Amino acid sequence: MTRLSYTKALNRALADELAADPAVCVFGEDIGAGLAGPTLGLLDRFGPGRVVDTPLSEQAFTAMAVGAALAGRRPVLEFQIPSLLFLVFEQLANQAHKFSLMTGGQASVPLTCLVPGSGSRDGWAGQHSDHPYSLFAHAGMKTVVPATPTDAYGLLRSAIRDPDPVVVFAPAAALPVRETVTWELAPVPLGRARIHRPGTDVTVVALGHLVHDALAVAEEVAPDISVEVFDPRTVHPFDWDALAASLERTGRLVVIDDSNRSCGFGAEVLATAAEELRLIAPPRRITRPDGAVLPFAPALDRAVQPSREQLRHALHAVMKHP
Amino acid sequence: MTAPPKAAAGPGTPAESRTPAAPGTPAPLDTPAERYRMLRLIRGFEELALGLVKSGAIPGGIHPYIGQEAVAVGVCSALLPADRLTSTHRGHGHVLARGTAPHRLLAELLGRVGGSNGGRGGSMHAADLSLGILGANGIVGAGAPIAVGAAWAAQRAAAGQEPPARTPVAVAFFGDGALNQGVLLESLNLAAMWRLPVLFVCEDNGYATTLPAATAVAGSATGRAAAFGIPAEEVDGMDTEAVRAAALRAVERARGGGGPGFLVCRTYRYEGHHTMERRMKLRYRTPEEVEAWRERDPLPRAAALLDPAVTAGQDRSVAEQLAAAEEFALASEHPDPAGALDHLYADGLRPRAGVTP
Ligand SMILES: Cc1ncc(C[n+]2csc(CCOP(=O)(O)OP(=O)(O)O)c2C)c(N)n1
Ligand SMILES: [Mg+2]
Repeated sequence: MTRLSYTKALNRALADELAADPAVCVFGEDIGAGLAGPTLGLLDRFGPGRVVDTPLSEQAFTAMAVGAALAGRRPVLEFQIPSLLFLVFEQLANQAHKFSLMTGGQASVPLTCLVPGSGSRDGWAGQHSDHPYSLFAHAGMKTVVPATPTDAYGLLRSAIRDPDPVVVFAPAAALPVRETVTWELAPVPLGRARIHRPGTDVTVVALGHLVHDALAVAEEVAPDISVEVFDPRTVHPFDWDALAASLERTGRLVVIDDSNRSCGFGAEVLATAAEELRLIAPPRRITRPDGAVLPFAPALDRAVQPSREQLRHALHAVMKHP
Repeated sequence: MTAPPKAAAGPGTPAESRTPAAPGTPAPLDTPAERYRMLRLIRGFEELALGLVKSGAIPGGIHPYIGQEAVAVGVCSALLPADRLTSTHRGHGHVLARGTAPHRLLAELLGRVGGSNGGRGGSMHAADLSLGILGANGIVGAGAPIAVGAAWAAQRAAAGQEPPARTPVAVAFFGDGALNQGVLLESLNLAAMWRLPVLFVCEDNGYATTLPAATAVAGSATGRAAAFGIPAEEVDGMDTEAVRAAALRAVERARGGGGPGFLVCRTYRYEGHHTMERRMKLRYRTPEEVEAWRERDPLPRAAALLDPAVTAGQDRSVAEQLAAAEEFALASEHPDPAGALDHLYADGLRPRAGVTP
């Protein structure tokens, strides 16, 4: 039995993949020192030929990873802050993601981007608090947001083994999560949802740290409302079959999504449910406001993020129907 | 449902740009005594801020500027009121040396209404447009092209004036880590091609977080500037007067149409990269190295140029100013969460909330 932290789970996934496959290598800033946590000890164990501390040249080392992937390696890139993904959006969305189709299937780009600390972190303000998984799903990149240490471990391993580029977002607010593990850690397939709590009245779709908020609220309202907590784990490709099955049971849907409202992941889930799935009540979503920029002052920062209070309210609203 | 009503400009009133027209008053830095006082103010401000990070009054933490004060003071002493600058994640020194009142910067670090940005920006985004401070910046290298754009606008505004106007300049502060950002090299090229009045100031403190500059920068900083035909000088960044002299030379040339300049200031940060580092066991530099750099502390060096009675008086007045700043900042109100997205759009556009009411 071990007590596994989220960061340690990422660290073990990286170590296990580096050990299992000599093609795997890691690029990033301050990864030798293990500053962010997931790479702690890897330089000592695997050496500078596989764990490469890079200068602050994100665009170059991201595209370099594309090149290394085309030449047979499986690079993992660690980004210290989520907004660095904006800086390398060209290299990811326009290069890495497009090679397979544009080469007529001659090439694939098996690289993995890891963001340990996505979303709001108290005191990091506007340029360090984005949580851009919807943006990457929209661009078509495989996109993963694990909620728990074991899922973080399993999904990161699958991401590294996947033949396509994958972005793994570890939400800052999920990093403190710990889990007691009594079984052998194993890869978790991409694109497969997980039901954390079964229910019959409402399906709450939640990702990352918001899974824990959804579970807490589900427990609170349990005497009145039976909530199913549905964690897609992978934003793209989304497990529509599992959601369809869940809505067959509940017929009511609330999505809690730490993205900006317009064109966000929550919008897609609601739209697809409205078009194709069983709904007996108008669905609801809880998101950041349209186009939000997170203000610095903690009370303002919190005011812009999805909250438990909003989730409770939405649950009662969907229960008014039919 | 529908968006709340827009708090936009009423009919007939064109939306105005918010960039203030009236310049504020930059800090007086003309004499060695004034420069010493500013060094002391920055040092004292940062020490005060370290305590407020520890107490939790400053959310998140800061990137302390302690050790590098001579760069901000030396460079800003070469500036005129119409000049502009862009700063970095380690920006408190630049903001104070340019003249933002310490109580307003401190209140910003605490996320209060009385802060320079109304508590919306915090340490990494402190800005004061009235003094031409176009902001600290959370993204390494991001400030350099912004300074280039400000310099281009200043050059265009001065073009064709009779008698020929001396052009305001823009200063871009950045660290050794930024030397490896592509956008910095692109900025050097544009500034050189178009002979823009920009001063690039590289504060080489030896490290980008844990990464030694010696293992990250191929060639040299001055060599990179020289490759674009930009005159570059390396100066002792612990010596305020040396930084000032070099900055004056570059700024004078730029004002007269001579194009950009580039300073590499060899300096050192005595604190960790970020206050968070105090809680970590990182071993990227030795205590001996830190001690060796303390021998070159810019404050005693600046004090040595002055009568001890003068420095003692300055020290007292700085202590009083900082005590008042702390009192002001702690008393300043927390912003109302109802206004969390105030200022998101310059025309007052109110975004839809994240939930249906
Ligand atoms: C483009 C970018 N990459 C990485 C980071 C994370 N980061 C913040 S400061 C820093 C080190 C910067 O080093 P340097 O430019 O030398 O400035 P110093 O911290 O030494 O003042 C890093 C890696 C960032 N904010 N922006
Ligand atoms: Mg540095």
